[in-house]
Amino acid sequence: MTETLSQLRRIAQDRTLSFKQKEHALAVEAENMLPYVLLDAETHAALDARIICDMYEGHAPYKPRYVLPDYAVVLRNGSEHLELPKPETLDEAINTLQIAYHHVPSVTGMPVFIGHLDALLLPFCDGVSDDELYRKIKLFWRYIDRVLPDAFLHADIGPTDNRVARAILRVDAELKQVAPNLTFLYDPEVSGEAMLRLCTDNIIACSKPHIANHPIHRAVFDEPGYAIVSCYNALPLRGGAASLARINLKKVAEASASEADFLDVQLPRYVNLNARLMRARIDYLFRQSGFFDGNFLVEEGWIDKDRFTAMFGIFAMAEAVNHLQDVAGRPGRYGHDASANALGHRISARLAELVAREPMEHVWRGFAMLHAQAGLSSDAGTTPGVRIPYGSEPDPVSHVQALLPHHQHYLSGVSEILTLDETVRSNPEAVFQLAKGALHLGFREFTANVTGNDLVRVTGFMIRLSDIKLYNAAKGSRVNTTALGAEAADTVHILDRKPRVVGLELMAGSGV
Amino acid sequence: MSDGLAAVSKFLTWSVVDGPGNRFVLFLQGCNYRCVTCHNPHTIGVCSDCGACVAVCPSGALSRTGRKVTHDAAVCIACDSCLAACPTRANPMVKRMTVEDVLGLLRRNAPFLNGLTVSGGEATLQLDFLIDLFTAIKAAPDLAHLTLFIDSNGHLPAESWQRVLPLTDGVMLDIKAFDSERHRRLTGADNHLSLASARLLADAGKLYELRFLLIPGETDRPEEIAALAALARELGPDTRLRLNAFQHHGVRGSAASWPAMPRTGVEAAAATLRAAGIAEVAVPSVWLP
Repeated sequence: MTETLSQLRRIAQDRTLSFKQKEHALAVEAENMLPYVLLDAETHAALDARIICDMYEGHAPYKPRYVLPDYAVVLRNGSEHLELPKPETLDEAINTLQIAYHHVPSVTGMPVFIGHLDALLLPFCDGVSDDELYRKIKLFWRYIDRVLPDAFLHADIGPTDNRVARAILRVDAELKQVAPNLTFLYDPEVSGEAMLRLCTDNIIACSKPHIANHPIHRAVFDEPGYAIVSCYNALPLRGGAASLARINLKKVAEASASEADFLDVQLPRYVNLNARLMRARIDYLFRQSGFFDGNFLVEEGWIDKDRFTAMFGIFAMAEAVNHLQDVAGRPGRYGHDASANALGHRISARLAELVAREPMEHVWRGFAMLHAQAGLSSDAGTTPGVRIPYGSEPDPVSHVQALLPHHQHYLSGVSEILTLDETVRSNPEAVFQLAKGALHLGFREFTANVTGNDLVRVTGFMIRLSDIKLYNAAKGSRVNTTALGAEAADTVHILDRKPRVVGLELMAGSGV
Repeated sequence: MSDGLAAVSKFLTWSVVDGPGNRFVLFLQGCNYRCVTCHNPHTIGVCSDCGACVAVCPSGALSRTGRKVTHDAAVCIACDSCLAACPTRANPMVKRMTVEDVLGLLRRNAPFLNGLTVSGGEATLQLDFLIDLFTAIKAAPDLAHLTLFIDSNGHLPAESWQRVLPLTDGVMLDIKAFDSERHRRLTGADNHLSLASARLLADAGKLYELRFLLIPGETDRPEEIAALAALARELGPDTRLRLNAFQHHGVRGSAASWPAMPRTGVEAAAATLRAAGIAEVAVPSVWLP
């Protein structure tokens, strides 16, 4: 108890957390003073060893991890509970949404989904000029970033090419804000290549939007469809995800004597244990927390109790494959070697097969959905999901080719971040072609960052800017030292600043 | 007809700096220039199987099979020790590839590609292979959408260009220097073929880009910039110019101690060329620290 108290005191007196963040952290600590949901001993041992992981969601799940309200309901009917009339104008519609967001729970304490905004707002745009629309979207965007500053807060647009989607893309590229995150749902039959090109041009400007492969996602979900939220999770609309628990594939591989032992014995064992963990947590949410009882979100039809899936996460595929390659005496590394990549693909197929054998009560369609989980900030020595370890990625085309066969298995989301060096800024056609090719071949999600990358191909060959820097420094003078000193001071100063907008979901212990 | 094989020093499935869109780039081995400023000098020579590299290979990837030096890519750790040891500026890691080999690579990556660029070394030294390859691509319905580019120093007579140009969508042409004595000193070759190629390619509507490497005290001199402006004007108002800046990366020999081309000098040259009426002057999009 004294340890808990001193932890509470540490939070209360912390100099780096904001008031709001303290409130969250204290709430998490309070929840975790309760006993953990009831687990059998074997599951508890695997959780304590962190071979399976509950994402530190908290001991007593009293809200679903991700909530995806059908905002069309409140725009169509208003809300009796919130005493909101049915909106008639664009201003009223945006105002209604802004109010609605504050009543949507999630694991981060802020909504992870703010709607298919173009579909929601288009009916209110008759008689609104393009210039008015642009100015109203800009104010809306600024509101979201300043009032709900979380990088996991996500807006969807598409698949049609329409005025609202174009206004949003224009504003997004102009403001370059962290929030909201943005996904365009791309359908080659509907969206048109001009829209895809607009999206890839925006990626060059601000690394957004993500581009979701709409036909592939649509086929997984029934009416009223799905949304991409938070860290590229594809989930049922008017529902969401009750919980997310994940397996550390690296630890499972380390517990295995061979590839066969991994695939036939250890993986089935830990898939079963992770499913048990999920069942216990979901049971608590549905039968003990009372979340769905007397909840106006349910009563007014924003969400439906039967549309919450369970996300079956995995991570550290790269480390698992490389470990099993070592055990087998094979030198090939994940992401680069055909046999290592093929082993990874076999593991994904096996996972899909095993997850489909674990029925779950309360869960949409009765089974969890496999998910390549994108990591927590506390994960050391592991790579998110099925990604290739940072710093060892091949070129973007080889990167996509290496990971493509995984994508069919991860129905609730899988993401790679393709890092493109700055030279693409003068050749946007290349980014467009890369996205088009990846989506055409079945990539579920296309995500790219254009950065001041260390690795740059200037003409024919790759070079590292840091190598050049070292080289130049070796020839350097006292003047250089002076300059570096000044630069370091600047850098430290910059690092000292607290980011106003954070990714709350990345913080471990963020029942937050 | 070629003997059906090309010497390939490297290929890339992702390139955004070798023409429009994403390009598959085939770097062919061997060059007819001996540029002192070359940043890929190991692409110049052709392997003579002398074996100097076998002795320095730390991974055992290089060995002798009879009189031939052979390279085992599965064991190679890409340390490039062999390149440093090679007395002929060749590369024992060069692959021999057929037209079918290249078509297979293109097919595997076609959804990601806007086109193919053949570079070097000097691409046109293996002209027969180039013609066979381009003919096969144009005849393949699943690859015919790829645009075909050549990156060349232009050291090729008109009758040879005529054989390949009907199959080629564009050429990136490097002019190394305008003063013929300077050109010989920098490259070991005369520049009259290269300059004639610029005019021939522009007339044929196939000159995609004219490239010029700025070297301090050599090609950044006012008379060189003036000659470049005059040529670009003569070739037509639409001529795209790309200025590159001499850097030390990869350079061997005396030029490694020359000063690198500063950004200010490149921008001054670009300003002069724009003032002379050249509409499109590109400068490096990334500057090295």
